[in-house]
Parts: sequence; structure tokens; C-alpha cells
Amino acid sequence: MKTQLGMPAFPEAAGRSTRDLRLRANLRHATGLIRERRAAAVAELADWERLRAAAAAVKDRTLRHLDHYLLRLEERVTAAGGTVHWAADAEEANRIVTGLVRATGEREVVKVKSMATQEIGLNEALARAGIRAYETDLAELIVQLADDTPSHLLVPAVHRNRGEIRDIFRERMGHWGRPAPKGLGDRPAELAEAARLHLREKFLRAKVAVSGANFMVAETGTLVVVESEGNGRMCLTLPETLISVVGIEKTVPTWQDLEIYLQLLPRSSTAERMNPYTSLWTGTTEGDGPRHFHLVLLDNGRTDTLADQVGRQALRCIRCSACLNVCPVYERAGGHAYGSPYPGPIGAILTPQLRGLASPLEESLPFASTLCGACYEVCPVAIDIPEVLLHLRARVAEGGEATLRGTRTVIRPARRHTLERTVMDAAAWALDRPGVLRRGQRLAARTRRLHPRRLPGPGRAWTESRELPEVPPESFRDWWARTRGGGR
Amino acid sequence: MRVALFVTCVNDTLRPRTGRATVAVLERLGVTVDFPMGQSCCGQPFLSTGYRGRTGPLVRRYLEAFGGYQHIVTPSASCAAMVREQFPRLAGETAAGVASRTFELTEFLVDVLGVTDVGAYFPYPVAYHPTCHGLRVLGLGNRPRRLLECVKGLELRELAGAEECCGFGGTFSVKNPAVSAAMGADKARAVTAAGASAVCAVDNSCLLHIGGTLARQGSAVRPVHLAEILASTEGEVW
Amino acid sequence: MNGYGSRERILARVRRALADVPAHERPADHPVPRDYAAVHGTRTPEETVELLAANLADYRARVHRTDTAGLPALLAGLLARRGARRVVVPAGLPPQWLSRAVVEPVTDSPALTHRDLDAMDSVVTGCALAIAETGTVVLDAGPDQGRRRITLIPDHHLCVVRLPDQVVDSVPQALRRLDPLRPLTWISGPSATSDIELDRVEGVHGPRTLEVLLVNP
Repeated sequence: MKTQLGMPAFPEAAGRSTRDLRLRANLRHATGLIRERRAAAVAELADWERLRAAAAAVKDRTLRHLDHYLLRLEERVTAAGGTVHWAADAEEANRIVTGLVRATGEREVVKVKSMATQEIGLNEALARAGIRAYETDLAELIVQLADDTPSHLLVPAVHRNRGEIRDIFRERMGHWGRPAPKGLGDRPAELAEAARLHLREKFLRAKVAVSGANFMVAETGTLVVVESEGNGRMCLTLPETLISVVGIEKTVPTWQDLEIYLQLLPRSSTAERMNPYTSLWTGTTEGDGPRHFHLVLLDNGRTDTLADQVGRQALRCIRCSACLNVCPVYERAGGHAYGSPYPGPIGAILTPQLRGLASPLEESLPFASTLCGACYEVCPVAIDIPEVLLHLRARVAEGGEATLRGTRTVIRPARRHTLERTVMDAAAWALDRPGVLRRGQRLAARTRRLHPRRLPGPGRAWTESRELPEVPPESFRDWWARTRGGGR
Repeated sequence: MRVALFVTCVNDTLRPRTGRATVAVLERLGVTVDFPMGQSCCGQPFLSTGYRGRTGPLVRRYLEAFGGYQHIVTPSASCAAMVREQFPRLAGETAAGVASRTFELTEFLVDVLGVTDVGAYFPYPVAYHPTCHGLRVLGLGNRPRRLLECVKGLELRELAGAEECCGFGGTFSVKNPAVSAAMGADKARAVTAAGASAVCAVDNSCLLHIGGTLARQGSAVRPVHLAEILASTEGEVW
Repeated sequence: MNGYGSRERILARVRRALADVPAHERPADHPVPRDYAAVHGTRTPEETVELLAANLADYRARVHRTDTAGLPALLAGLLARRGARRVVVPAGLPPQWLSRAVVEPVTDSPALTHRDLDAMDSVVTGCALAIAETGTVVLDAGPDQGRRRITLIPDHHLCVVRLPDQVVDSVPQALRRLDPLRPLTWISGPSATSDIELDRVEGVHGPRTLEVLLVNP
């Protein structure tokens, strides 16, 4: 992950994206395709809503008793031959992983796509320690080769089309290992073949792998990785040492609980009945797979999020990306505008909670939505994203209590919102006084011929692209009073 | 039957004809309409901009103005959604009753009055845009379409990507003007491509955005609230 | 120190964060509605096998049907058509399965390196079970399946499913029959990716050709 410091606030970054016609076309194409397919895959299951309710309830049960389940998980993983580490923040997680890799004497690791390791900037931390991390998921490989940042949870290179990917492979593969085949074209099958050839030598020689996990089963100590390409299986089974960095909220209580999520996740994310490969492992197995297994349990803002009774539901997220794919704002803003590995609607509620309202970027994210509700409708764990957005908006505009790195803190209203607050106060005052409102309406009606078509200052944001509504000669209120004699 | 009209601040100030149309439709169906003068805004602009604390007086005002009515009808899905979904969260039990007695116009017509043919006449091709809060919060379903299908002379045109948000989003339209405009432009293009002479919805706030964008694109398609179509008759087309 | 200080810190943060959860609440007190379906629809055993075959084929697995007596000839034919010479097999593969095949079977052993496996043309295994509703075969490293790596590195995987016992209808049924302590690999078609324009393409790192043999007794 590139440093996210100094990221512009969402509106500016998104504004730039809306002018990038190629990006717009790439995103429209990709999200349009997956939206329809997801709907078809979901329609196959008549009990979808019941699965969804169960999925939310199991996650809520886990979160409400997270300490209990984490201890159980630790005990089971340890009993099965794994070692459990606890990391309070990104810096600690990076230190633990770097230390574990160093202890093996290796200078390179292969990686399975993992949101948690992007969140903590693990690749950069390893690079500073002289360890090279190879991303092996196709889209992550594209992003890494292009020195780019991910823009989608599931398909980090969704902002690139096939022609751009071909160019990146041709130009950059040679710097990282086996170069792209001569005369590489832009058919997806050819591009996939190029990735296969490029990565194979890395898989076969790798001694250390780093992964995340989609689920951790407290009852059994089992970890689950859901994937498509087989790069996950390569990383999870061929190396001698496996290090999994997993957010504490990925826990589910029981083995049988997996039946809910393994039905919901593939259909929500890739619109498949089941993804090509799912690996489940419990500790280590004699003679099969890694001999050393380390699980790094990551907090990094999750307990802060847990402390918020409204915002807590964001921790149910299973990273399916259905909310991104249906979001009209994401489709036009692109993932980079969200300034975090977690883009789209879920990012708009997760990033400001994990990081706190640390900068204008985080303050702008809860406002990066029209509250259209499409995200909530498709969310397989029923996260009421609009409700959490409203909750976080209030924290930005009015301030309030929040937990930051484990400490209860009083957040002050955002400074950037001072003018807006004044306007809102005035509006609220007038709207609570119908007489004042009525005088204002009449004044506007009397001056209606004088209203300009384009407004200066903040009003420009409207008139740049839209005509102003015409003010009618008479408000409804006045019409009613005139024709019905004042009503009640 | 006697109902109270909650006209909403946007309609009161900017689209009074929608309020008048609502009254006309209801009265044509034999309903007595009251307009409690103490009413104002439901508070949605404040809540959705983060000023939850400023909604208190407006919520109380609504409860006072409408508390005595069995049916409160509003020609705005968005404001109905605010009252029904948010009032109980903001004001607790005291608001629950009034909230549950607040109906968006098409819900009231179809569910309470049991009417789909209101005797309207509107001889134009129309594209219907289901607004987000009507579609996904209230779950209006096909109620608006059923009403439109009964309007004599009206030809309902398919709108591509109908269920996608128009990009208004209240203060989103000025806080994120570029994305809002891009969404509005796409919606306006879809409306124009539908070949309709009017775009119809159950929320004037969305229509101000779509209509303003259409006008800027130089389109002749005009935004019309559903109530205005339902109020139109062979004697008087709104 | 394995972040031991952080263990206590994180657990303490969790407990503080959950101050709103009543102290007497046990995990099971938080209700979980489990009224979702254990199986989607009702099918005869034969219809279930047909669904499995259809769903496997839908995700580009090649599906073949035979019986126990016909299995050796079918395997021999498929391997010959592929031009496979060196075929890796798990130690517990029934010997008669490859009795007709003109190939050099290589039994998996710790001595085989990853590169040795990369030089294999095919792999033949059984499975733990198959899931009809999702078109999935599940391997649990049993004797006729071997270690996970042998079904991963070769480019051609032939997987035998014994009917009807090894077929279940649904994911919930599958989980009830599987042992969490064994390493499990769920396979639904050949490796694939949706990473280019969110469109599915088959064939990346895992076996690019998956043939599933549904075998009646």
C-alpha cells in the first residue's frame, strides 16, 4: 500500500476520476457485468434472505463475545500446531511478520491477496527489511507490477482494461522475474497464461508465504481462504512456513457456521455458485503443507470500531465487494478516491472507523454517498451502510464520543464544517418558525425575476451542471391560505 | 375520510403545484384534506448532512402538527421514509405511532383507498424514475407503475437503468458536485433516450436535480411529479 | 515475546468495547435464526448426480460417467487422449484404477520435489465427497487423494467420485461430513480468474483441466 497520507479529500479525488473517461468506461463495463450476474446467482437460492439474516446474527453473536471466541481460537490453533501472535496495530503486525520471515533466513515471500496486509502496508515494511514480497493474485500482480494501488476489494486492478494490462505485463514483468512472452496479446486467456508462467518459478521455490483469511473458526482453529486462481493453494501448501495475518473480526464460532458464509460469499463476490478453490486448514499437518504456521491476530482499529454500537456492524463485513459493484458513486469515483484499501460504500464506513477521523479524507468519506441504499440491499451480512453513514456524518458535523486506539475520546466538530454549521443553524431556526419561513418564501417569490442562472460561491456546485429551479410566484402555504381560508 | 397533507418544505417553497395536485387527486376521490399550518420540514436535510441534533425541534413540530390524524399523506417518498424509518430512532416510542400513520401518496392511494385508477388523463409518453427512498426504504414496488398504467392516454416508456440513483442525494449534490453531476448526466441521457416527453417520480427533490440537468443539456423533456399526472384530467392537463 | 503484552491489551480493549453487552449474556443467548434451507429443492439421488454433473460442467470441468468395471478403461482413454506419460498418484489409489492405462505411475512421496511434480503430466485421485448444488469436489488428503500439492502442480487432474455415497446435495450437508482437522481443498471447476474486467477466464495456476469421473458401483 502506498502511503495514504496527504490523500485529497474524496470530492476532489472523485472529481478527477469523473473526468477520466477511460476509467469511467472500464468501471462501467466491469461493474455492469458483475451486477447482473450477481443478481442471477442470488436468485438461485430461495432462502437468500434467511441466509443473510443468519449471517448477520452469527457475526453479531461473535462480535458481542469476541474475547471469548478469540481465546477459544487461540487455544485450538495452538493445539493444532500453530503459533498465535497478537498485533495491536499495523506497526506491531509488520514487526511480528518481519521477525518471523527473518528467522527463516529467507529474503522473499509469496503472498496471497489479503486486505489486512494491504491495510498495514506489509509489503513496504518487508521491503525496508530487505525482504521482497511477491503478490500472486493476478490483479494484485498487475497492481504491483504497475507500481499502482488497488481500487477494488476483489479485483484490485478493475480500473485497468485488458490493453492496459498487456502493456504493464510487457513492460514490467522482466523487472520482477520471468518476462512476458514475446508478442503477448490482450486476450484474457493469454494474459492469464503470462501470469501463470511468470509466477510458477516463484511458487516452486518459495519457502515462506504470507496470507490473510476469509474466516477463522473458533471451535476448531480452522482458517479458510476462498480464491479462484490457485495462487492461494500454491502459497498455502508449498512453502515451509505460512504466516497468516487476519483481522480479529474474521472469527466465526463454529465449523457448521461456515455453511452460511460459503453459500453467501461466492455468489455475492464473483457471482459463482462456488469459487474454484477453497482451502481450509487447521494448524499444521504432518507431511502435508507448511511445517510452521503462524497466525497474527490484528486489531488496528477494530476494537475501536467494536466500541461503537452503531458502527460495530461494519465488522460483519466479509469483503465480498457486492456493495462496490452496485454503487453508482463508486462506479464514477473509482476506488482510489476512497484513499484506502477499502473503497466503495463499505470503505466509506470502515476507513473512518479503523483510522478515526484522522484527516479531511476520513472526514469526507461518510459523505461519499447519496444514501441510495443499493449497498444495504445487496450486502450478504445486512450491514445497514446508510445508517452507519448517517451516524458517522453526525460525528463529523457535530462531534461526539469515539474510541481511538482503545481510549474514549471526545471528537470535536470538524473545523471545515463551520460555515455549513452556521447555514444549517439558520435554516433549522427558520424552518421551526413557519412565519419566518413564509416571509422568506414571499421574498424569494417577489425577487424571482432577479435570480441569476449561475450562482457564485458554494452555490456554484449546483449551477455548474444544473439549472436552478424556478421559484414559483406563490408558495403552497400561501395558496392554501388564500383559497381555503387559512386551514387549521 | 379525512387526511392531513404533509406537503414538505421543498414542495411548499419550490413546487407548490405538486401540493395542489395532491389535494386535487385526494378530493376527487372523496377524501377531505386538511393542511396543518404548523407543519414545516421533516428534518431530513439536517440528519443526512450530519446535524442530527438540529432535527429535534422539527421532529417535535411534525408530531404536534400531525399527531391528531389517522392518516398523514405526503407526495414525497424521501420525506415519508424519513418520518417512518428515522423518527422512531430519533424520538423513540412517542414518534412510532405518527410515523406508522404517515403514507407516501401512492401507498395511500393503493393500500389505504384501494384505488389504482384515479380517473386521470395525460396524453404523453412518460418515463418513470423510481427514486431510491421510495424503492429501497419504503418498498413502494410497483404501486406507482400501477397508478400510471391506469392513466388514460399515458404511454409508459422503459427507462434504462431505472433503479440507479439519479445522483441528487440532498447535500451530496453540492458536497460531491462532480459525481452528482456525472450521475445526473447519465440519468438525464437515459431519460432522453427513453423518448418520453416527461420524466415522472414521486420525489421532487430528485426531479429538481434531473430536471435541472435535462434543462442544462438542452432537453425538452420536463420533470413532472406523479401527483401532477394523476391530477390531470381531460378537462385540465397539469 | 509474540506480542504477549498486546494479547492482554487487545482483549482488554474488546471487553471495554463491549460494555453495552449485559454481563450475564452468554454467546448462545444472542439469537441466530437458522431457518435457511439444509437442501435447496427435492431431488431423487439420480437427479442429484445429474445436478452435480451439470454444475461441474457449467464451470468448465469435463464430466464423465461410468461404473466400477468401466473405470480403468475410461481412465486409460482419457490419459491417452491427453498424451499423458508420467502420472502422479496418491499412495492409496486403488491399483486397478490405472490397470489399463499405458502410463508411468509415480506414487507420491516426500522425496518428490515441487519441480518433480511440475514435470508430471497428470494426477489421478479419488475425493472425500462432492456437492451437487455447487458443482464442487472436496479433497481431504485421504489415502486415495494424497497430499494437497499433488493435485495442485500438475496441469491435468482426474478426480473420481464414487456414486452414490460420495455425493451430497448441499454445502450444509458437506460440512457435516467433513473433518475440520484434515486439510481440505474444495474444487469447483478448473482454476479461473475474474481479475480482467470482472469477466471469468478459466486456467491460471491450478490444474487447467479438471476431469471428474462419476462412477456407479
